[in-house]
Amino acid sequence: MKRRKFDVAAVPGNTARAVDDRFQVATPLRRLLNKVFPDHWSFLLGEIALFSFIVLLLTGVFLTFFFEPAMTEVIYNGSYAPLRGTPMSAAYASTLDISFDVRGGLIMRQMHHWAALLFMAAIVVHMLRIFFTGAFRKPRETNWIIGSLLFWVGFLAGFTGYSLPDDGLSGTGLRIASAIMLSIPVIGSWVTAAVFNGEFPGTIIISRFFIAHVLLIPALLVALITVHLGLVFKQKHTQWPGPGRTNGNVVGERMFPRYAIKQGGFFMVVFGVIALMGGLFQINPVWLFGPYEAWVVSAASQPDWYVMFLDGSTRLMPDWEITIPIGEGYVIPPLFWPTVVLPGILVALSLLYPFMEARHLKDYRSHNLLQRPRDVPFRTGLGVMALTFYVILTLSGANDVIADKFHISLNAMTWAGRIGLLLLPPLAYYVTYRICLGLQQHDREVLAHGVETGIIRRLPDGRFVEVHQPLSAGDGHGELDYAGWVVPKKMNRLGALGPAIRGFFYPIERPAEAPVSPGHPPVEPRPEREEITSGETRS
Amino acid sequence: MSSHTGQRALPDGEPLDVNDPRLSRFDIVREGARRDDIEIVHYEPQVAPGTKAERRLVRTVAGFFLLTGLAATAFLAIYIWWPWEYEPGRGGDKLYTPLLGVTLGVALLGIGFGILTWGKKLLPKEVSIQDRHEGPVPAEDQRITGETMAYMADELGVKRRPLLGVSLLAGLLPVGAVAAAPLVGGLISDPHKDDQMMTTGFAPRDGQKIRLVREDGRPIRPADISAGGQITVFPGVEHGVSNRYADSPTLLIHLREDDAVESRRNNEREGHGGYMWGNYAAYSKICTHAGCPASLYEQQTNRLLCPCHQSQFLITDNAKPVFGPASRRLPQLPIEVDSEGYFVATSDYTEPVGPDFWERP
Repeated sequence: MKRRKFDVAAVPGNTARAVDDRFQVATPLRRLLNKVFPDHWSFLLGEIALFSFIVLLLTGVFLTFFFEPAMTEVIYNGSYAPLRGTPMSAAYASTLDISFDVRGGLIMRQMHHWAALLFMAAIVVHMLRIFFTGAFRKPRETNWIIGSLLFWVGFLAGFTGYSLPDDGLSGTGLRIASAIMLSIPVIGSWVTAAVFNGEFPGTIIISRFFIAHVLLIPALLVALITVHLGLVFKQKHTQWPGPGRTNGNVVGERMFPRYAIKQGGFFMVVFGVIALMGGLFQINPVWLFGPYEAWVVSAASQPDWYVMFLDGSTRLMPDWEITIPIGEGYVIPPLFWPTVVLPGILVALSLLYPFMEARHLKDYRSHNLLQRPRDVPFRTGLGVMALTFYVILTLSGANDVIADKFHISLNAMTWAGRIGLLLLPPLAYYVTYRICLGLQQHDREVLAHGVETGIIRRLPDGRFVEVHQPLSAGDGHGELDYAGWVVPKKMNRLGALGPAIRGFFYPIERPAEAPVSPGHPPVEPRPEREEITSGETRS
Repeated sequence: MSSHTGQRALPDGEPLDVNDPRLSRFDIVREGARRDDIEIVHYEPQVAPGTKAERRLVRTVAGFFLLTGLAATAFLAIYIWWPWEYEPGRGGDKLYTPLLGVTLGVALLGIGFGILTWGKKLLPKEVSIQDRHEGPVPAEDQRITGETMAYMADELGVKRRPLLGVSLLAGLLPVGAVAAAPLVGGLISDPHKDDQMMTTGFAPRDGQKIRLVREDGRPIRPADISAGGQITVFPGVEHGVSNRYADSPTLLIHLREDDAVESRRNNEREGHGGYMWGNYAAYSKICTHAGCPASLYEQQTNRLLCPCHQSQFLITDNAKPVFGPASRRLPQLPIEVDSEGYFVATSDYTEPVGPDFWERP
């Protein structure tokens, strides 16, 4: 009997064929492997948020093994001597245990907290990138809305998360949250009683926040992130304008292998940075705050950074109470406006912005090419205006610390915030608008007259003029059209001087041979400068 | 440098026979891309095989990976053997978390940079162009799908048989309410039960006036507080110091003589005459703005500052808000001294304590 030789080399091929016969994956898989992604550093900001979220899930699951979400009173008897014998909630005691009695628990807790801060920060910066480059325009309005919602859901995730330890600081935050709910007209007291099951603090809020924090909100986040990425995939990424790039194509790299490898590497880098932060930088040292007691608070009680703008708006709000003289009289407390109405307006404005802009510009076409911020001065101005508003609120959220450190009167800080909040955003709009126009003008000037060479020539009649290197071929008077992308403004960008020699300590490449004198018109661009690059700026 | 650009130019639209033995693997890859409307316009290795540059890059990548192995091993060693249990003072355990962070961080960064260098420097650079296929969707398809859906609606005939639609809606609405009912019904809790928003731990029990006690539960005599001093007091009931009486913490202040005179005058004006005992006044510590404890008392100006949002209350003017977002006075607790010489609350607060709400009387 002849024995068939087992051909090892054919195994992968045979397996693949067997799989494909059953599931027909070859064609879709080829499409996936081949999918082209444009590349630019600013496209990686959203990735940081995604990767932080993965770290949050990993560290968060670890923490649930040790955290006890209960407000039952216990007497602490763990390793941390200063608090031994103190009555506290089981939630706080188990947080102390994670920090002191679980091996490696503290680094997990700190990584979880840092990842949360990074998650929110990456969302905000990513959102700014989308806004300032016009990436939210048709057909991507849906993704803009999902992204805005992700910020607010992340906000809730963060708030419910840092309330869980039930320490002195987070308890104060919870107290303020209950006051915010109370301030809602008509239903306020009912909402608060429903959430806290009676009067603040009650005995159940930590368990309710826990299930929201570990199940409901993460599930919502996962769902939103999935749709968000799915839409990016389906609608294909936007790209900067540039050679060969049109509204109808994507110029970049195929997803596999190089693009995917870079993503994987970037994930590990983000993960590594979070690990370093979690190990080296202390965050939320709950053992210093003590258990929550309704009558204890310290100065400089600040929430996490992404909540600080609401803290700031609350501090800046004047004491305007509205009383409604019907029956026994009703009250709308001043707390209602900065903490319920303001976030409501912010949500509505951000969700509606793409539609408002399209309506304003009467532009209902699809856009896959990004815009440079300078090319749309009114949008850039609005964005900087909103950013100024936000930064003033955030700084005001820390105005007691600023007043203390810089020896400024606290009341002066509050007034500066109140006035600044009204004056600075319009000013920021105006200044940004002018800067955008100035940058545009300079781009167009270079396109029309060429690059400044720094060579001054004396004319026969005694005048001095600077020699310009025209960008267009020929006699140098043909004006080039502005294409919405970087205009070269230095001679070495044109290849005329050779690029700056790279290397920090010593040159890592040979200098270009025989630099061409800048006086030589017209200079032929060096051949490799003509290639279509992936859009990365190279130094 | 060898570049694949321009090799074997293909006539447009003519699929390549991928079984042609003369084709290189890259030719097949490129044909696959072409079938997905992707044109690989530039494909260029960054390092030539066997060069010094390649060997250097390989060494760099390998170095990163080995660094990861080293750091990860160090992490494990530290995790297992480093003294980690908390001890007061400056023990080695204080370095446990930082060392774990550094080793874990270096291990992860090692993989990260290794992979990045591999991908960015060793793999060929390419530029591909893919069609978006986003042009107008075939209007015919849109029409066919639209008609199909309209046809389904026609078949159901809700338009012709309106009763079906109305009855379905009438049937489903209560079902939706059924889904919501247990949640709403379970969560709902009457905020006015037992008048809980209006009462604190100082409400007299069985005609017995409640003592003001310290954090440790001891009652307070007037002599315990010097002039200009203040102390946080709680209702002298069981658990009076705990968060069960989160509304009750009160600031008992011994005013100086002239401040007390001014205070009494202002109290009368606000209808709080007789709330003070001698030069002693008691005000709720729970801020009327957002409920933080207003706990920073400035002796010189008699101002009480809430550190959360910087509302300031002038104690000598019946705790009137003088700066910041608070709009309501801190409620005053009427106090007296009982037969044994300890402070008691004459009655409960006469206004609701804590943050404002809609139906506050």
